[in-house]
Amino acid sequence: MTVVSLETYAENTWCPGCGDFGILAAAKAAIQELVREGTPLENIVILSGIGCHGKIVDYINVNSFYSLHGRVLPAATGIKMANPELTVIGFAGDGDAYGEGVEHFVFSAKRNTDIVLVVHNNMVYGLTTGQYTPTSPKGYQGKSTPKGSPEEPMNPIALALASGATFVARGYAANKKHLIWLIKEAVKHRGFALVDVLQPCVTFYNTFPYFSKHVYDLQEEGHDTSDFMAAMEKAREWNHRLEGRVPIGIFYKVEKPTFEEELLKGRRPRQMPYIDTVSHVLKQHI
Amino acid sequence: MARVAQVRKTAMMGDEAVAYAVKQADVDVVAAYPITPQTIIVERLSEYVADGELNASFIQAESEHSAISICVGASLAGARVFTSTASQGLALMHEILHAASSMRAPMVMAIANRALNSPLNIHCDHSDVMNARDTGWIHLFATDVQEAYDLTLMAFRLGEDRRILLPVSVNLDGFILSHSVEPLEVLPDHEVPEFLPPKDYPYAIDPSRPATYGAMALPDTYMEFRLQLHEALQKVPSVWGEVSRSFEEVSGRRYSMVKSFAVDGSDAVVVALGSTYGTLKHVARRLRDEGLRVGVASLTMYRPFPEDVLARMLGDVKAVVVMDRAYSYGGLGGPLYTDILSTLYRNGVEIPVLNVVYGLGGRDFTVRDAEEVLRMAAEGAERGGFPEKVVWWGVRR
Ligand SMILES: Cc1ncc(C[n+]2csc(CCOP(=O)(O)OP(=O)(O)O)c2C)c(N)n1
Ligand code: SF4
Ligand SMILES: [Mg+2]
Repeated sequence: MTVVSLETYAENTWCPGCGDFGILAAAKAAIQELVREGTPLENIVILSGIGCHGKIVDYINVNSFYSLHGRVLPAATGIKMANPELTVIGFAGDGDAYGEGVEHFVFSAKRNTDIVLVVHNNMVYGLTTGQYTPTSPKGYQGKSTPKGSPEEPMNPIALALASGATFVARGYAANKKHLIWLIKEAVKHRGFALVDVLQPCVTFYNTFPYFSKHVYDLQEEGHDTSDFMAAMEKAREWNHRLEGRVPIGIFYKVEKPTFEEELLKGRRPRQMPYIDTVSHVLKQHI
Repeated sequence: MARVAQVRKTAMMGDEAVAYAVKQADVDVVAAYPITPQTIIVERLSEYVADGELNASFIQAESEHSAISICVGASLAGARVFTSTASQGLALMHEILHAASSMRAPMVMAIANRALNSPLNIHCDHSDVMNARDTGWIHLFATDVQEAYDLTLMAFRLGEDRRILLPVSVNLDGFILSHSVEPLEVLPDHEVPEFLPPKDYPYAIDPSRPATYGAMALPDTYMEFRLQLHEALQKVPSVWGEVSRSFEEVSGRRYSMVKSFAVDGSDAVVVALGSTYGTLKHVARRLRDEGLRVGVASLTMYRPFPEDVLARMLGDVKAVVVMDRAYSYGGLGGPLYTDILSTLYRNGVEIPVLNVVYGLGGRDFTVRDAEEVLRMAAEGAERGGFPEKVVWWGVRR
């Protein structure tokens, strides 16, 4: 079976060298592998927030939805609840997911809706030119804080855990193979899955040199992903200061009933005849 | 006698000019969330604070909803307060806009006007502020960078006046004014306090006089609160007269609620908001030399609506064209159009009015467009009517 092409005609306008390219490459490869393994391409929906990261939906040729700044998760929830057969993957910025829309982050984790959230965590508001975000380290000198950010950063891994997320992971944009694996694991997981991705913004906060030296693989070093307290401890090992080692990989993974299972109990609120027909036809002919 | 202070001539972008005025107004609290095209305003303010030129709390909030909520709290605590936003940011503030006006929390907000989603667009139109039209705020519109600066200073004085105590928005067209560098005259710092003394809020939160703000009002009292809001807005025109006179004393520049060019003796008038006024005026000047009897008007104050001024101004013309950079979907036309129609009707002026809806999402309105519109206005006056009620300017069908 051939690999589906996910190319689009949209011209890529990210700054050369931006970490978003790594996330794009990994996301495309993950989707291609999922399709090869049997997920109908037309059942995949991707969403984005507003920010540099948001352009990713222009660059992947699948069903896509540009939401408002901060609103990836409620829109994703709506899509999933209307048709639970869809694979719903949201791409959000750190400003988007952890600032403007943080309440949705907490509630998606709490409900355990079966959707994936990939956060392009560049620790800046990229598109609005480099102000500090909820994950910028204290002292970060951005455009709105020439003397340095006065706030301690938020720890999204710990927040996801505390909010009840059932799959919590961190990737690194320059570690493509690992990120493909993480995105696929997140999609296969039943329940809310966070993949926070360290995404250097070469223009406003180039963290490539630091992360390339200091990330280490949780799974390689050995970590019990079913142990909540161990996950919390690992979550707290690093929090956005460019100091010390940075764990990447799966922090936590448990099975719990999903929101749609609890709410719908097997009902399907919306029949999607078109989608059924297309997959049916494809199955018959390929 | 008017005593115009020594002015300083400089050049700035609209955003920078607003920030400069806010610095000179010596605000105490600034809370905002980044959004194009207003971001430069708060960036400059954060620099002024960092450099020690402005002693204010600068808060980058986690959302616009939080930013404006911070502003309400700070205003009620007695601080002079500023925020700025645009488009989606203003939409997200919406519920607090009502709270700010009805809790009588004066503050100034610059809006670098920008279109609303969807589709996503970052360019100029007035849909954002028109959404906030009925929130009880005073809404001012700048037609150039100088006005953006001047109106920002005047907005603090007006909103904080004890007879008013209301929040004020200063609108500047996104990119067209926010990002255009224009010549600017700024007041010397020491002259500003003379025009704008420190805020003296009569109901500031005071532990020795405990009070409740925003408490519940049931059907037996709620309407009285709302009437007070309406009545405060009705006092704005007369207070504006005082504010603009005293601003003229320090600046030499005069602001009436409606500015106009060549309206006297014209057969037709084109009314607009924001920077389009400049384009129209530029062309009207030439057309008048050719003998076309058209004038141009622009509302510096959109809310409260300067009904009397407009009724007088348009009372003797034969036709009016109203330019709207927003639309009331499902309604009769653009918001300014319906306001002017009502003004004319209830003042007994029966003339044809054409609504030109233009420039949504930043579509250019050029000198050529302005010429066409002005000629259409003159033609409407000559023929005693327009072929249509509402024209969507320059759209493909
Ligand atoms: C309600 C609202 N507020 C503000 C904005 C302006 N805005 C657009 S992108 C952006 C920042 C995006 O930062 P982030 O989510 O971290 O994404 P990045 O650009 O870094 O990928 C902001 C504040 C908006 N579009 N909508
Ligand atoms: S500004 Fe930063 S995040 Fe945005 S495209 Fe450029 S490098 Fe990437
Ligand atoms: Mg970001």
